[in-house]
Amino acid sequence: MTAAPEQIDVLDEAREQVLERGVGLTEAQVLKVLELPDDRIPELLALAHEVRERWCGPEVEVEGIVSLKTGGCPEDCHFCSQSGQFPSPVRSAWLDIPGLVRAARQTRDTGATEFCIVAAVRGPDKRLLSQVRDGIKAIRADGNDIQIACSLGMLTQEQVDELVAMGVHRYNHNLETARSHFPNVVTTHSWEERWDTLRMIRDAGMEVCCGGIIGMGETLAQRAEFAVQLAELEPDEVPLNFLIPNPGTPYENYPVVEGAEALRTVGAFRLALPRTILRFAGGRELTFGDLGAKQGMLGGINAIIVGNYLTNLGRPAQQDLDMLEELSMPIKALSQTL
Amino acid sequence: MITTVYCSFCGKEEADGDHAFCRQRLSMIDPPRYCGECARRMVVQVTPDGWTARCSRHGETGSAR
Ligand code: SF4
Ligand SMILES: [Zn+2]
Ligand SMILES: [Zn+2]
Repeated sequence: MTAAPEQIDVLDEAREQVLERGVGLTEAQVLKVLELPDDRIPELLALAHEVRERWCGPEVEVEGIVSLKTGGCPEDCHFCSQSGQFPSPVRSAWLDIPGLVRAARQTRDTGATEFCIVAAVRGPDKRLLSQVRDGIKAIRADGNDIQIACSLGMLTQEQVDELVAMGVHRYNHNLETARSHFPNVVTTHSWEERWDTLRMIRDAGMEVCCGGIIGMGETLAQRAEFAVQLAELEPDEVPLNFLIPNPGTPYENYPVVEGAEALRTVGAFRLALPRTILRFAGGRELTFGDLGAKQGMLGGINAIIVGNYLTNLGRPAQQDLDMLEELSMPIKALSQTL
Repeated sequence: MITTVYCSFCGKEEADGDHAFCRQRLSMIDPPRYCGECARRMVVQVTPDGWTARCSRHGETGSAR
């Protein structure tokens, strides 16, 4: 006789389904994981780590990012200090080409294989794309062979093709949150518009990087919904951010995601996305401090952004590199990613 | 020698109110946003290993990292 459904433990299910067969959890299963009591977090993280090792391997992908165009964005993403619609203290700034080349070199020097060029825009205009094109040429002329990713907002097919021609190998475009919660977070464009850009990127053969931010007032059920919507997209990479309540934004007074909750989210997302590169991105310093970062790396994460972010600062890169060494986690080399 | 009169996180006078939260943010994840001398919003560029912040009147400062 089989046990009644409510008696089946979700982690036992996950062990058989995700670890053994590589099939990600369903929405209902992810929700169960997100509702696990604190005392089961170590067990969850251990399983998520096993899943990561089994389906992704031991390497950790290290990435650096830089803001090419900061602030003054016409969109109204409520978490974002770069929206021009809120009284945020972030002012517009453009990074020049020598600055971009330096940033790429700093990133390469850490051993990182990914460098992501980011702009705070709805979508790129001609000026921005030509800056990106010149920037990539200059980075190559500097003898830097790091792989280049971009995050420039929503794209047209023509712009997708241009980026492919420039040699951009991965494109970041976050869905940010569950489809059902998105209209509460952004009103100037839709979740579906973002989805359309992601499909074009995939169809053009670029790698898809798509994640979001935890802690924007979504329910646990919506967190589970989001994990499964991401899984449906089958992204190559999912960056997981935790909300940084930034001054002047509508979310400035939102609480920081508590460490245990964040760890449960990390574990749950890994069990929903067994084969995806799951990256620690912004907010981990505030949410976890130093200890939690290690627990996350041992709980399903297999990629990190080192150094600073776009408008916020991270830990010094060396601190994260030391952590990886202490955990005996090898850094993915460039040759493995080509 | 720069006299810091204003909090570079919130832009209010250092002498006015409690800036413990501001100092915590500045020590962890935030570059300065307001000029300490005149409280103007600065143009800040964050790069992977540092930041620069420029006040239109008082010039540029940067991280030592
Ligand atoms: S589109 Fe990007 S830069 Fe613009 S407000 Fe939204 S998150 Fe910020
Ligand atoms: Zn202050
Ligand atoms: Zn000034």
